[in-house]
Amino acid sequence: MTIILLAIVIGAAFGAVLDRVGASNPTYIGKMLNLTNVNLAKSILLAIGTGSVLMFGGQIAGIVDVGHMSVKTAYAGVFIGGLLLGAGWAIAGYCPGTGVVAAATGRKDALFFIAGGLLGAAAYMATYPAWKASGLLDKIAGGKVTLGTVPGAKYEGLTAMPGDLMGIVLGLCFIALAFALPERLVPQKAAPQPAE
Amino acid sequence: MPINWKAGGLLLGLVFFLAVLLVKPIGVSTQFVILDGIIADAVNPDLVTQTAEGTTSTNAYLAKSDGKYAGAVANPLNYSFVFVLAMALGGLVSAKLRGGIPMGDRSIPALWRTNFGDSKAKRYAAAFLGGLIVLYGARLAGGCTSGHMMSGMMQTAISGYIFAAGAFAAAIPVSMIMFKQEA
Repeated sequence: MTIILLAIVIGAAFGAVLDRVGASNPTYIGKMLNLTNVNLAKSILLAIGTGSVLMFGGQIAGIVDVGHMSVKTAYAGVFIGGLLLGAGWAIAGYCPGTGVVAAATGRKDALFFIAGGLLGAAAYMATYPAWKASGLLDKIAGGKVTLGTVPGAKYEGLTAMPGDLMGIVLGLCFIALAFALPERLVPQKAAPQPAE
Repeated sequence: MPINWKAGGLLLGLVFFLAVLLVKPIGVSTQFVILDGIIADAVNPDLVTQTAEGTTSTNAYLAKSDGKYAGAVANPLNYSFVFVLAMALGGLVSAKLRGGIPMGDRSIPALWRTNFGDSKAKRYAAAFLGGLIVLYGARLAGGCTSGHMMSGMMQTAISGYIFAAGAFAAAIPVSMIMFKQEA
């Protein structure tokens, strides 16, 4: 039962934060992806960096169980699927998690996103054997691999460098990038000149 | 208006850390498959079957990895599924506390309206199509923005970097072409 309680507490916290950072608002997603206001990307970079530093720091301090890590397999389909997800994310302004949160906050278009999502997931369930047969799901670069070798982890490292220290350094890089990134990445359109 | 990006990023990072500290990294998109499975199994009870060796399915995707997904379909009261339901609850409470989503934005978000006008049908069709592509892509990739991009890159997973590269390589040009007018 404890595990279900944790699901409720952490899940609710995640949903609330997604709402507050603006990730479930398609306008903010659109402004990030068309590069006119990337504050949300700055938040995401800071979050990845913060999470990384705390997790790997916690592992070194012995507070975080290395066994809680869950690294996904690398294969060509990850990139192809990423391309598809990116295109759909730009069109709809929602990704799976933010779509659920948006629908709960009263956004009706998000209900259509979820309906489309259920159909898309079902379509994948039906076509999975073809992808499997194509070899595009075969692991590349060692499969479930981290950049460095994390002590005590069941995953291999792409390099022999200590994965926990590398995670902290990379985390700090993500944080630095979050601060360095300007709010706007494309030039401001010239304001229309008033007629003389 | 969203909160300051620094406060938002820090809070988001803390949630991702808490998840991996207490249970496991956050992920969402698998649960669309689980809900599909629950619905399909209700219509056709032969889809998911429990045997002495465990749970399996006539669908190859649900049956993969020793019936991991089939097991979740048979028992929806599991961590990952409840997690996504709780996300909805958290989002709802958070939005209510800040006064809710403005009425006009609930069907057609501002940036969409500026670029594509007031047709609800057009917006709903785009949201549906977007959802279809997003979840097909997420399942092909084996994760989404939460599981691959955030949880993955946080753990320095190679797969997370590959996914993020693909997602932004498509998302940025598509968005720049679609949303030329600024809201």
